[in-house]
Amino acid sequence: MSNRIYLYPLVIRIWHFLNALAIVLLIFTGLSIQYSNPEYPFMRFDLAIIIHNYAGVFLVVNYLLFLGANIATGNRKHYKIIVKGFISRLFVQARFYSFGIFKGEKPPFPISQQNKFNPLQQLSYVAIMFVFLPLMIITGIALLYPELIPAKIFGIGGVLFTDLIHIVSGFFISIFLLIHLYFVTIGKTPLKNFKSIINGYHEENH
Amino acid sequence: MKTRLFSLGILLSGILLFVTLTSQDQSEEAPPPDNYECLKCHGKNYYSFENEVTGMKVHKKMNPYFILNHQKYNQGVHNSFACIDCHLPEYETYPHAAELKLEPQYGCMDCHGDDPNYAKFHFDEISIEVEGSVHGNALGDDFKCEMCHNPHYYELGYSKDKRIEEIVATANNMCTECHNYSQDKFYLLSDSCAGNQDITHSWLPSKELHFKSVRCIECHSTISDSLIVSHNIVEKESAVKNCVECHSTDSRLMSTLYKHRAKESRSKFGFINGAMMNESFVVGATKNYYLNVISIVLFSFVFLIILFHAFLRIILKK
Repeated sequence: MSNRIYLYPLVIRIWHFLNALAIVLLIFTGLSIQYSNPEYPFMRFDLAIIIHNYAGVFLVVNYLLFLGANIATGNRKHYKIIVKGFISRLFVQARFYSFGIFKGEKPPFPISQQNKFNPLQQLSYVAIMFVFLPLMIITGIALLYPELIPAKIFGIGGVLFTDLIHIVSGFFISIFLLIHLYFVTIGKTPLKNFKSIINGYHEENH
Repeated sequence: MKTRLFSLGILLSGILLFVTLTSQDQSEEAPPPDNYECLKCHGKNYYSFENEVTGMKVHKKMNPYFILNHQKYNQGVHNSFACIDCHLPEYETYPHAAELKLEPQYGCMDCHGDDPNYAKFHFDEISIEVEGSVHGNALGDDFKCEMCHNPHYYELGYSKDKRIEEIVATANNMCTECHNYSQDKFYLLSDSCAGNQDITHSWLPSKELHFKSVRCIECHSTISDSLIVSHNIVEKESAVKNCVECHSTDSRLMSTLYKHRAKESRSKFGFINGAMMNESFVVGATKNYYLNVISIVLFSFVFLIILFHAFLRIILKK
């Protein structure tokens, strides 16, 4: 018997959809810019730059909304890592994904209103939302105004250094997206979790 | 007493340092040409002379085109020349005879053409390129080297010590001295108006950054295999407008602005587009070989794990 809980209110679903749209646009245009080739134009260079810039500014606004909402509401508790015993909880969750899931075991940290993320989700979301995305945003804003970047940072060109951080952060966000999309398929059925982020209701997997 | 001795010591050290530095300067510099008589008038905004007819002292403003900045002259490649090496010796008398203005002046090719000593600069090829360029086609023989390359101040544009920004600024000044909407030098050669660069380049993203980072000729000339700097400036309709010609791995800039540095850095193991990696950044062209490899390996690794995990889920479910 399935246990339905209303986990994703409309405002979160809209925020998530817009965030996903901006991230996907940024990854595709970013790849097109980074690997531009006159013989195999993935996307017209100037068009890719314009879309990338607008999507980037939009992502900044969306990120500020995320920060503001988490400061103002109790949602921030889901991102608060309780250090004590966290490593062992990570191992328990990793063991479940590596072995337990194939044996039909129940998830060690079932999703609830109080506990939206399992330890691995919590760690990856914190890394993305509070490390890589801020790095991405700060370097992205700097690259919009490259004339303001110092000529040299740590002995290499300032713009080059900024871009390196930008693309490395972008790479990790892309890896996160890939894993995130796969883990969404680990539901009661492969499409069940996709439905959850559309209708807001989460169903227990097992 | 101690304070006095200390002050005296500092004073003596200062004098010693000054004598050492000045004596080094004198020993390293070539003896300057004797241009004093000319620069007495042509080195200043105003000049004075005694009118032998009226017997009065006259103070006049010098024609700005005839003023020579002797500091810039001393930095140029022709700094060892005396004025009368290129200008007629009759200029040594004042007032200058009116017919001197009609004497032919030396052009660059009079000294540099067909000379094996200057073969590495390919002056003859440059001359052919200029003849076929938009300037050569529009103005023919009236378009001369010295219109862009002032022989009084000319410095070699490319040396390993020069920063790219300096090279760009020097090169672009040559173009914008005439192609400048707000000045009237363009009209010395043409009846038409100089275009407003801000308007004609309004389509270019990050226009100011481009103006500062690359030379006009990057887009407005053809690529030359044998010349360090292409002199075949093309009509504006043929200028490069396709972003990826520069913003890609095989960037056009490696055959133009970075050509002189590319040869040495291309061979270095490690970075592709090494010249750009070290000095500047061009979106789409600057790439780090190792980062590319690591990112592809990591991405493939994650993708394979996901495939394997999904495969096990499907198999074990049955």
